[in-house]
Amino acid sequence: MAQHKVDFASNAGLPIALTSVDKLLNWGRSNSLWPLTYGLACCAIEMMASGGSRYDFDRMGTIFRASPRQSDVMILAGTLSKKHSEFARRLYDQMTEPKWVISMGSCANTGGMFNTYATVQGVDRIVPVDIYLPGCAPRPETLQYALMMLQKKIRSESANMNNNKKQDLRLI
Amino acid sequence: MQVTNKLSPFFENLNFERDDNTMVINFGPQHPSAHGQLRLVLELDGEEVVKALPDIGYLHRGIEKMAENMTYNEFLPTTDRLDYIASTANNYAYALSVERLIGLEVPRRAQVIRTMLLELNRIISHLFFIATHALDVGAMSVFLYAFREREFAMDLMEDYCGARLTHSAVRIGGVPLDLPDGWIENMITYTQKLPENVKMYEDLLTENRIWKMRLEDVGTISAENAMSWGCSGVMLRGSGIKYDIRKEEPYELYSELNFDIPVSNSCDSLGRYKLYMEEMRQSARIIEQLVLMYPKTEPKLMAHSPQYISASKEEMMTQNYALMQHFVLVTQGMRPPKGDVYVPTESPKGELGFYIKSEGEPYAYRLKCRAPSFYHTGLLQELLVGTYIADVVTIIGTTNIVFGEVDR
Repeated sequence: MAQHKVDFASNAGLPIALTSVDKLLNWGRSNSLWPLTYGLACCAIEMMASGGSRYDFDRMGTIFRASPRQSDVMILAGTLSKKHSEFARRLYDQMTEPKWVISMGSCANTGGMFNTYATVQGVDRIVPVDIYLPGCAPRPETLQYALMMLQKKIRSESANMNNNKKQDLRLI
Repeated sequence: MQVTNKLSPFFENLNFERDDNTMVINFGPQHPSAHGQLRLVLELDGEEVVKALPDIGYLHRGIEKMAENMTYNEFLPTTDRLDYIASTANNYAYALSVERLIGLEVPRRAQVIRTMLLELNRIISHLFFIATHALDVGAMSVFLYAFREREFAMDLMEDYCGARLTHSAVRIGGVPLDLPDGWIENMITYTQKLPENVKMYEDLLTENRIWKMRLEDVGTISAENAMSWGCSGVMLRGSGIKYDIRKEEPYELYSELNFDIPVSNSCDSLGRYKLYMEEMRQSARIIEQLVLMYPKTEPKLMAHSPQYISASKEEMMTQNYALMQHFVLVTQGMRPPKGDVYVPTESPKGELGFYIKSEGEPYAYRLKCRAPSFYHTGLLQELLVGTYIADVVTIIGTTNIVFGEVDR
C-alpha cells in the first residue's frame, strides 16, 4: 500500500501498523524454519547430509525437528508410496499453522522414475506444495536454495495466513 | 472393513485398549530412528516388549516388476535406489548377475576400478551406519564427525562419476570411465587419513560408559538364530560365524587381495559396532593394494562382446558394423541367452544378489533381489521381544537396515 493513499484519519492508522507487524512476523517466521525430519527414501540421505557437518543448516536457523507439532516446514524427501500417503496427510494436518511444504526430488514432485502401481505420482495430490525441488537426488545445495526461496516467499506473504492462497486440494 | 482404494492405515484396525495389562504402541513409519519407513507395532508389558511386529511396505515401489518391462541396461540406474547408501554395491551385484548370464569377461582395469568403488562404498555405508547409530543412541558429535568424513568419500565418488548418491558407476561389461587425473592421489590421502579418524570414533565411543551401557548385551543373537533367520554380513559375523562372500565365493579381484574378516563372539550390538569399525580399516587396506595394481593394467574399460556390449566411441565412429550393433543394442536392448542366474555378493549390509531369469528376450522374465536388510528386518520380531523400549532404537540401529532394499 502506497503511503500517500493511506487515510490516517480512518481506521486509526491501522494499515501502517499492520504492515509493520507483517514484516516483523515474517522476519521471525522465515529465519527460523524448523523442518520435520520426514525422510522417505534416497533424498532423506541428502537431507541428513544437509544437517551434517559440511552443509550445516543449523547456522541458517533450520533445525530439524522430530515432531510435526514443533515444525513449520515439511520436507517430503523421497518416494511417497500409496500405503504411506495417508500418514503424510495426517502428519501435515498435525502441523500447526503457519506451515509450508517442500517437495524434494523427482519422486516427490511427479513420481519420477517410479511410475508403478505402488507410488503416488506427485505429493501435491496429498498435500499442498510450496516449493518443488528437482533432482534425483537433489544435492544439499539445492535444498539450501529451496529453503532460501521459501524464505523469500514467506517474506512476501501476509502474516495473516487466511489471506494467502493455498492450493485447493478439493479441485484435484 | 478396509476400502481398498481409500487405503486406511492398518492400525485403525488394531485394538489399543487391552484388558491384559499390556499396552500396544505404534512406532513409525515417521520416526527419526526408523531408518526410513519402518513401522513397528509393539506390545508392552510395563517397559518390556512382549511382542513386536515389523510392518513393511511403506517404500514399496515395485522395482522388481519394473525390471520386467525394462531392458537390462535401462534397469541399471533403478538399482541405485535399492540400497541408496551404497549404490555402487547394487549396480555391481546387478551387473555381475547379467555378466554371468551372458558369460562376459570384464577387462582387468575395469575390475580394479570396480573393486575400488565397491570398497569406497563400503566405507561410505559404514560411516553412515556409525553416524546414525550413534545419533540414535544419543551421541551427537559422532554423527558430525562421521558425516564430515563421509563427505570426503562422496567427493571422491563425485569426481569419478558425477553423482553423490545415485552413482550408476558400474555398467554391464565394465565401467564407463577411466579414473580422472589426480583421483588416485586423493584416494591415497583419504585412505591414509581414514584409520586415524576411525581411531577417533573408537576413542569417543568404545570406552564411553553410556555407549557401553546402551549397547552391551543388547540385541543378542545366537549363532543358530542368526543362521536360521538368514542373516548375513556383519549380523552373522557378529555372532561368531566367519562367513564373508568375498572369501567364500570370491568375485572380482578379492581372491588376489589380502584382507582379514573380523569376527566377534560377543553376539551383541557392541561387538557388531566393533566389526564395522574394523571393516572400514580393512577396506582402506584393500584400496591401498588396488592402487598399486591400477598402473599395471591395460587401458581397456568395457568387455569386448559385440552381441551384448556397444563398442567404444572411437570404433563406432570408424567402423560401420560397430555402429550397427550399437543401434540395435540401444533400440532393442541386449538379448541374453535363455537361463537363470544368481550371484551373491557381499554388500556393506550383507549378502546381496540378483536372481535373473531370462527367456532370451531383451527384458528379464523375472528379477528377484535378495536384499540383506529384508532378512534383518524379519529378525526384529524375535530380537525385540524381552528387551526394554529404550533398547528398541539401539536394536534397529544395529541391524543397519535400509528401506529401499527391504520394500524394493
